[in-house]
Amino acid sequence: MTTRAAFVANLQRALGQNIRQYGMFIALFVIMIIFSITTNGIFISSRNLSNLINQTGYIAVLGVGMTLVIVIRHIDLSVGFLAGFLGAVAAIALRFWDLPTIVVVPMVLVLGGLAGLLTAFPVAELKIPSFVASLAGWLIYRGALQLVTAGTGTIIIEDETFNAIGNGFIPDVPLSIVPGYHTLTLFLGVLAIVAFVISEIRSRNKKLAYNFEVLPTDMFVLKLVFISALIGLLAWIMAGYNGLSWTMVIVLVVVAIYHFITTQTVLGRHIYAVGGNPEAAELSGISVKRMTYIVFASMGVLSALSGILFASRLRSATTTAGTLFELDAIAAAYIGGVSAAGGVGNVIGSIIGALVYVSLTSGMNLMGIDIAYQYIVRGLVLVAAVVFDVTTRRRGRAG
Amino acid sequence: MEPPILEMRQITKEFPGVRALDNVTFSVKRGEIHCLVGENGAGKSTLMKVLSGVYPYGSYSGEILIDGQPQRFFGIADSERVGIGIIYQELALVPELTVYENIFLGHEISRNGVIDWNETIRRANEMLRKVRLDVNPAAKIRDLGVGKQQLVEIAKALSREVKLLILDEPTAALNENDSENLLNLLRELRDHGVTCILISHKLKEVLAVADTVTVLRDGKTVCTLDGHSGEVSEQALIRNMVGREITNIYPPRNHQISDEVMLELRNWTVYAPELGRYLLRDVNLQVRKGEIVGLAGLMGAGRTELALSLFGNAPGYRLSGELWLKGRKRVFRHPREAIAAGLAYVSEDRKAKGLVLIQDVRQNITLANLQALAKNGVIDRNAEIQVAEGYRKSLNIKTPTIEQQVVNLSGGNQQKVCLGKWLFVRPDVLILDEPTRGIDVGAKYEIYQLMNRLVEEGMSIIMISSELPEVLGMSDRIYVVSGGRMKGELPVAAATQEKIMELAVDY
Repeated sequence: MTTRAAFVANLQRALGQNIRQYGMFIALFVIMIIFSITTNGIFISSRNLSNLINQTGYIAVLGVGMTLVIVIRHIDLSVGFLAGFLGAVAAIALRFWDLPTIVVVPMVLVLGGLAGLLTAFPVAELKIPSFVASLAGWLIYRGALQLVTAGTGTIIIEDETFNAIGNGFIPDVPLSIVPGYHTLTLFLGVLAIVAFVISEIRSRNKKLAYNFEVLPTDMFVLKLVFISALIGLLAWIMAGYNGLSWTMVIVLVVVAIYHFITTQTVLGRHIYAVGGNPEAAELSGISVKRMTYIVFASMGVLSALSGILFASRLRSATTTAGTLFELDAIAAAYIGGVSAAGGVGNVIGSIIGALVYVSLTSGMNLMGIDIAYQYIVRGLVLVAAVVFDVTTRRRGRAG
Repeated sequence: MEPPILEMRQITKEFPGVRALDNVTFSVKRGEIHCLVGENGAGKSTLMKVLSGVYPYGSYSGEILIDGQPQRFFGIADSERVGIGIIYQELALVPELTVYENIFLGHEISRNGVIDWNETIRRANEMLRKVRLDVNPAAKIRDLGVGKQQLVEIAKALSREVKLLILDEPTAALNENDSENLLNLLRELRDHGVTCILISHKLKEVLAVADTVTVLRDGKTVCTLDGHSGEVSEQALIRNMVGREITNIYPPRNHQISDEVMLELRNWTVYAPELGRYLLRDVNLQVRKGEIVGLAGLMGAGRTELALSLFGNAPGYRLSGELWLKGRKRVFRHPREAIAAGLAYVSEDRKAKGLVLIQDVRQNITLANLQALAKNGVIDRNAEIQVAEGYRKSLNIKTPTIEQQVVNLSGGNQQKVCLGKWLFVRPDVLILDEPTRGIDVGAKYEIYQLMNRLVEEGMSIIMISSELPEVLGMSDRIYVVSGGRMKGELPVAAATQEKIMELAVDY
């Protein structure tokens, strides 16, 4: 076999084995290319992509939390209005109680965690279906949001520190390498690529030391080049328009933390075991109850974060903030490959799912497509993603 | 001569790796009560599933004749059409519906899809009178006791004009009074022309009602005896039921049992409020260091409940009695506490309760003791791989890599993954619940060798098993449980299959 034929064979094998993993990346890519063509390049512009990612922020953090909730075979419908309500609480604290951002943010995050524990209580202790328990929360937080904004209507937030969370960008270093580009963002991009390449090589060497199956060298190099290029491209685009936003920084930190917890820690393993087989997990000494509390509390904290991002982005708290966020987050998680049967799904997938979802909105808005058609297209994409996921999973099982 | 109402000829049914029925011939005369007896796994339930169409025509070989006519059943609906009604141990009633709705569920009395409730209730009352059940037909099933539910099931079968009624251990969950009523009802039905097949482990009631008894063993018909000829006695039945060939050679054993008592139960009692009955009553048991204790008994005797309740998994049950582990009195409220104290429990149902099937071999093996591999909650992946690789080699788990999902492994290898998981918690007392169920002979032998190695190293093992040869071949001492009570304790030297079975069927 020629080296070229071997390369193609390796590529087919690697793609075939990991089609589910790469499927979402490919879908996102295809969607972006299509919109770039149909909008004459406006979609791919730095400005638009920067906006798009900032808009994804408050759905993305909810999607991360929702992924774990669905992994343990539950659902949380209350998160949308909880985010809206806590956003309003933050606005009130800033505006009427004159508290500084540094106090308000942690306070609201703690309140979110408590709200999550409250949702978990009937689910864990009384085995009430989470659909019902969180639907009650949906109603209660919706009412609470209207109650706290009843006197004032929309609450304008004037605190610039707080508003920077949703609108600001990281500062730049005072030297310009590429004119017109954000230097620190470019530098961070390079740093991320170096860190990624080093960690991949180290992990591969360890696997080799244990005689584990690894990607063939050519595929490994291809993967490194591909993902490095992706990170580089992202950094380049962001650097072309004001650089990295604080929203992006927050989302990246949240994803990094959750990715680490789910893949590297005892807690993460216990959560996935509870999702995969609660009875086996219980008999293995893992408290299903405790995991339920933890996952719902994390969902509550992320709802609070989502509420902060949204209020900050709008520079205000409105009476309808958070409407339908929960369904967008659930859709993002499912597009990202989480399974309702439990135990399957990862946070990276959900972030990609959220990006796909928001890209569709953004691209179709730029094309001037009627909102009615936008909903229909999003519905079709959701179904297509889940069908793709289910069929490839089945094939993986058979193989 | 009139043909028998049912004739099953040369029925053979295979599952992957096992021949559950091997050339079984079974014939039932019109208007008799025919009892079917045999050990757990002898093939009784499989035979009835073939008869009722649960295993459709073509999935077995052999012939079924009803009134001399060959039949092909592709589903339960087909067997119902010719008048066969089967009542399983787990009742198939809808708890939230009323008695009369349940009786006519699936064949409602209706015109153009609209149910005639008056006629339904009238007919339901008629059926209830036939089974001598005095309840309001508008009562909900979940408000009735198990005994009455059983009668509703029979009424349901009668409403379909069943000719051949099959009951699978109908009295297992009933008290003596309800059992007696049920048996009287069967006699009455027989006198009105309904033929009954009764599967039961309670040999006394078999002797009381049977016109004919067929004994199955290892998927084969051993004998068919006339219940009125005097040749049927409890001893005769037990002799025919057991006599199982000892096909496995058990590995040689040379371990020392110390006098040190590792685990002891005193008057261990478990009450299930939801079921309204005791699962276990006043059970006493001792396990010494380096000993294999066999826990024999029939399915449903309470052995698994015994293991789970002492392991801290007793949701909603009320426990009393004392549990002593290594000389200390303990109470475990969660398996986590039991594991920390040195217990491990390998479940009888590895797929439902033992493994996370969608996870890989490595993740399953380390699941119960991840803390040992973690620093500050972060798993040391390399150490984890070494542990999993270690068990893969020492237990000879056949898998391409430890990254393989366990759902893709064979039963024997899945069981070894379960064992690996529990060995990794380094228990002092290992409870094995049906450790060799559904696995091939080679893997069985390896598990026996492993058990001997573990007790030689000083571990104590409680082995729950329904296979008498295995109990006799592996145990140092044998306890027999029946109906939630400890019926006896036998040193292995004095135990025989017959003696164990006598205790196991003693209700």
